[in-house]
Amino acid sequence: MTIAPLLATPRPKRFKLSITPTALIGTVLFTLLVLVSFIGPLVVAAPQLDALSVSQPPSSHHILGTDYQGRDNLALAVRGGSDMIVLAVIAGTLTTLIAVLFGSSSAYFGGRVDALLMRATDLWLTIPRFILLVVIASTWRVESTVSLAALISVFSWPVLARQIRANVLSLKEREYVEAARLLDLGPVHMLFRELLPNMAPFIVVSTIQSMTQAIYQQVGLAFLGILPLKDNWGLLFSVAYGQNAIYFADAAWSVLTPIASICLLQLSLVMMARGYEETFNPRLRSSR
Amino acid sequence: MTQLPNTAEQSLLTESYLKAARRRSRVILLRQTFSILLRMTLMLWLVATITFIVVRALPGNPVDLYIQDLAASGMSPEEARSKASAVLRYNVEGSFLEQYVQYFRNVLRGDLGVSSILSPNSPVLPMIVSRLPWTILSVGIALTLSFLIGVRLGLIAATRRHTWMDHLISNTWAAIDSVPAVLLAVLSVLLLGVVWKVVPLELMRGAYSPDVMPGFNWAFVKSAALHYIVPGSVYTLTSLGGWVLAMRSNAMSAVSDDYVHVARARGLSEERIRDAYIGKNAILPLVTGFAIALGFTVSGSVLIEKVFVTPGVGQLLADAIARRDYPIMQGIVLITTFAVLIATAVADAMYTWLDPRIRLGDEAS
Repeated sequence: MTIAPLLATPRPKRFKLSITPTALIGTVLFTLLVLVSFIGPLVVAAPQLDALSVSQPPSSHHILGTDYQGRDNLALAVRGGSDMIVLAVIAGTLTTLIAVLFGSSSAYFGGRVDALLMRATDLWLTIPRFILLVVIASTWRVESTVSLAALISVFSWPVLARQIRANVLSLKEREYVEAARLLDLGPVHMLFRELLPNMAPFIVVSTIQSMTQAIYQQVGLAFLGILPLKDNWGLLFSVAYGQNAIYFADAAWSVLTPIASICLLQLSLVMMARGYEETFNPRLRSSR
Repeated sequence: MTQLPNTAEQSLLTESYLKAARRRSRVILLRQTFSILLRMTLMLWLVATITFIVVRALPGNPVDLYIQDLAASGMSPEEARSKASAVLRYNVEGSFLEQYVQYFRNVLRGDLGVSSILSPNSPVLPMIVSRLPWTILSVGIALTLSFLIGVRLGLIAATRRHTWMDHLISNTWAAIDSVPAVLLAVLSVLLLGVVWKVVPLELMRGAYSPDVMPGFNWAFVKSAALHYIVPGSVYTLTSLGGWVLAMRSNAMSAVSDDYVHVARARGLSEERIRDAYIGKNAILPLVTGFAIALGFTVSGSVLIEKVFVTPGVGQLLADAIARRDYPIMQGIVLITTFAVLIATAVADAMYTWLDPRIRLGDEAS
């Protein structure tokens, strides 16, 4: 009969968070980079100084050539990733933490607190922060990765804080927040149970974006010769550049290798950020 | 039937109403100007104070290091301190408050001290000002270009959403956006100049050939333009992505606004809707962003000017950092902040002028 198909129970739809291809590629790439950077140094032999094979192009001995001290570019690149990734993760997380703290308390408390915090944010936004960062980083000898990350995040929270404030302001109008307020659940519960969980996707995406910004800043600082940190990609790049490696095609591999590594890392982060934004916010997603 | 006011009375009424309205808008304008000026003064004071604290007041500060260096090079401690006082134009032996007041008086007079290492004893302010035109021109042109192109591309991407065009535009710029500007600059020197040899290396070092005289002559303009091609393209490319993505998202929210539907119902062509209705409204917030970005030009150029050896403020800052010339660093921080403050004030004024809703909102409150 004609009713039969209607009566047949539809197969229950399995719930799945369909991740977009962009997000997938980005995540896989990032995971690969993390694996190579943290496990690679255990597998690949440490680069050796070798005065006889300085600034060589790729060969069977040195797949990516050697730098101005005869060290193997590939081995250097494998060792240079962990410091960069650690820095990006710490700086990104700290930036987001400061921004969430300022942005959400500004929106939640409103009134005077809001006015004061936003004034401060605007002030900090108008200052040419990269220059101040450069000057401060060059006058204080920043020695550890963590303190550099802290310095970078002190300079990069304001934009995000404004966005978070706007987000909280719009969430505050929702019914479930109204309900919680009527139940008199207190600011801690409101912030950590009602507001922040609903902003989690946004916070994840902004943390990733802050990470790319931190890498930007670090590469810039290293290029100006400010940071005597470990041999990370930014430092490898600027040292090789300082040795005029780009003007000799054979030596150029010592500049190209760190450039390519930084670009890959940045690309993986940008793809993750864009991909997750689409995943969490299907309205942005392209129809297909 | 109520008596209608006669025409004379009517015109009198309108006139007084208009007068009141004009007075009110003048008061608002005055109040805005005043608050902008107040904010600028406050900001400038704040930044000057922060730089003073960083350079002078914190333990292990550069001035103390400088005095130590001088002493280590064979000067007696008194000589070293008086040398430092001469360079910074304030007495480093006075109390911090005294130093601060002296430093501030100098800043207000436009005296930012003299260079300590790069070109000893020449005043900092003229050094910076003489390099400003290069930076403003080179970054300004590229920024304007990238703004115009970026806004156009973003608009196209937004109105053709979900087509291959949209994917191409937004993914390409997201990818290019992820490459730090320095890397792109170095990469272009390497690929164009060394590997493919398309552009002679001389065109990527310096702002003009050494054999032309700077000034308004054809040889100089031509040489400067030729030297500008690669750095200009790098500036443009690296700042384009932000405009494209911002314009795309602004335009996408404007696409479904009521006035767009009305315009379509009135039978206007899609192009006219895109340019005159969606574009005009989506561009508004970006115009202020553009003004602010212009203010940041000075600071945005440090790294690229270093790669292309352009004689601009960024290059000066890079040199000052490499040689630890603190008076110059301090001066550049102040000048850049000043530029950003002016740009922000212009942006504020422009926004009120472009978007009448803001003026009305002010009047209502």
